[in-house]
Amino acid sequence: MTDPQIALMMLGLFIIFVFLGFPIAFTLMAMGIGFGYYAYFDARRMWRGFDRLDETAGQWEQWSTWFEGFYNNRIFDLFVNQTFTVMSNEVLTAVPLFLFMGYIVERSNIVDRLFTTLNVASKNIPGSMGVAALITCALFATATGIVGAVVTLMGLLALPAMLKARYDPSFAAGIICAGGTLGILIPPSIMLIVYAAATNVSIVRLYAAALLPGFTLVGLYLVYIIGRSILQPSSAPRPTDDEVPDVPMGKLILMIVTSFVPLAFLIFAVLGSILFGLATPTEAASIGALGGIFLAFTYRAMTWQRMRESVYLTLRTTAMVSWLFVGSYTFSAVFSYLGGEHVISEFVQSLDLTPIQFLILAQLIIFLLGWPLEWSEIIIIFVPIFLPLLAVFDIDPLFFGILVALNLQTSFLTPPMAMSAYYLKGIAPPELRLTQIFAGVMPFLFCVILSMVLMYVFPSIVFYLPELFYGP
Amino acid sequence: MISFIRFADNLSAWFGKSFAWLILLMSLGTGYEVFVRYVMNNPTAWALDVSFIMYGTLFMMGGAYTLSRGGHVRGDFLYRLLQPKTQGKIDLVLYLIFFFPGVTALILSGWKYAARSWQYGEVSVNSPAGVPIYQFKAVIVAAGILLFIQGIAQVCRCIIAIRDNYWLEADEDVFETEDLLMQEANKAEKDHIT
Repeated sequence: MTDPQIALMMLGLFIIFVFLGFPIAFTLMAMGIGFGYYAYFDARRMWRGFDRLDETAGQWEQWSTWFEGFYNNRIFDLFVNQTFTVMSNEVLTAVPLFLFMGYIVERSNIVDRLFTTLNVASKNIPGSMGVAALITCALFATATGIVGAVVTLMGLLALPAMLKARYDPSFAAGIICAGGTLGILIPPSIMLIVYAAATNVSIVRLYAAALLPGFTLVGLYLVYIIGRSILQPSSAPRPTDDEVPDVPMGKLILMIVTSFVPLAFLIFAVLGSILFGLATPTEAASIGALGGIFLAFTYRAMTWQRMRESVYLTLRTTAMVSWLFVGSYTFSAVFSYLGGEHVISEFVQSLDLTPIQFLILAQLIIFLLGWPLEWSEIIIIFVPIFLPLLAVFDIDPLFFGILVALNLQTSFLTPPMAMSAYYLKGIAPPELRLTQIFAGVMPFLFCVILSMVLMYVFPSIVFYLPELFYGP
Repeated sequence: MISFIRFADNLSAWFGKSFAWLILLMSLGTGYEVFVRYVMNNPTAWALDVSFIMYGTLFMMGGAYTLSRGGHVRGDFLYRLLQPKTQGKIDLVLYLIFFFPGVTALILSGWKYAARSWQYGEVSVNSPAGVPIYQFKAVIVAAGILLFIQGIAQVCRCIIAIRDNYWLEADEDVFETEDLLMQEANKAEKDHIT
């Protein structure tokens, strides 16, 4: 077997091993070290110490030197070096800070205020509760970036309210699932940081690029919600005054100032300081975290227990993502050393695809990977495999990243691992069946696909802001 | 065996939770840098180094804690359908052939790597402040040792799962909001039926 064939075997075996359900970080690490041991195997280096022993060496010394020989392989140095590369990665330092901000904001009791306010404010437009729920989801998801929390909190808050107002249950469920998932797309999202770290695309440009596509997707969702409410008023009846009280203008403004404005300001401050180059994402994230703590204090939501939870959960999620990187850096270093990247690139070139065909194929593969896997695994492990191919087809990795971010919305919404739907099912009244949730999610999936087509047809939606801020 | 599992869980949790507080320090430190840069017009020379040292230490020392609480992501859409007994068998084999070689390499090579750096008191090259990073490299070894101990505990867990067909969970005191809310909903439903 030639080295590139070994590399393909490595990738194939890895995909099989993933489905055994062992923690993927360690599977990657083991495959990297195992195949790396073969790739860097050097018999001379291995027995050097043993050969140098003189006659007088004792039996113990002979054995131990012989044994040490097995350990004399450059893969181990490579492995530690790659680990240290992850530890000193300047882009990834923003991950724990954004997570921390998210966990704090999630616990600051802001979501119910926000939903109540928006409900009152949007009362006179068709599908008002749906619109309020979606905007609450979008804002809250942007600030926290943690999908599960948004879906469950909103599922407990907005779903009963919508059901009580005689909304179509499956429509209501779809809104919450789709809205809650937006947090991984709209900056400052953690997924884009991870993409930046995995592909070396500038995180600042990625954030600028993701902004308009994020708004486009929210816009499409809103068009669908309002459109359906107009065409089929029975699925989204206007709430009665009992359900959503009329509030005098002055009080409404006060409600907006105390709920909507602080959160919007926090997001704007974080994002604005990144985009205008005032602070690095890491610095902006730390400001966001401190701002979140301040917000939680003003809402009297900051307790010792909540602080501990936020701190410990931040650690766990950071460790999960970062160890995945440790494994994947080792794996991909060995994979490309063996020539795996090259052979894949040759194979794809031999297919004679046009760029658009390649783009569709790549997105289709990522879409399919999203069924069984989660976004972190897809971005950290599989996106780097596509990366060298992008240059061949002259596709900007920035553009590809935005398409992936849109695409991965679907990984939360499609079975068998539709996490958003499961979270909602977990807290919803038992009458709401999983099939109803999936049916409600379906139109939103079409919106995602439509938004991807829009990006392709009008790439300036992606490129306009980064070029405006940072030049071409 | 159970008492060893408890010991390892507590050890990992103790280290993980202690180092988790670095996140607060990291927020304050980086926030301080922004403050002195814009308000005092006097940026620090150490902020960048300190922020990645804290980040690296945080996630490395948290690896074992995360493992003990099942926080490392798995591709588990088939695995979750299996009996704990079968899960235990798969995990047991994979811990032995996947987990321990890597973690052992982390300890031994990490030791060599850190020792070299320690000898000449390596400092960061990113800034003239000369922030020492040799102790940061030693974190690799410490994290490896913690993972090794926790790994033995996980093997014990697998053995119990194979023998008794249930997973001995670690003590939990913090939950993700979604898990907490789903537990509550589940409980409320059960109370409703009975």
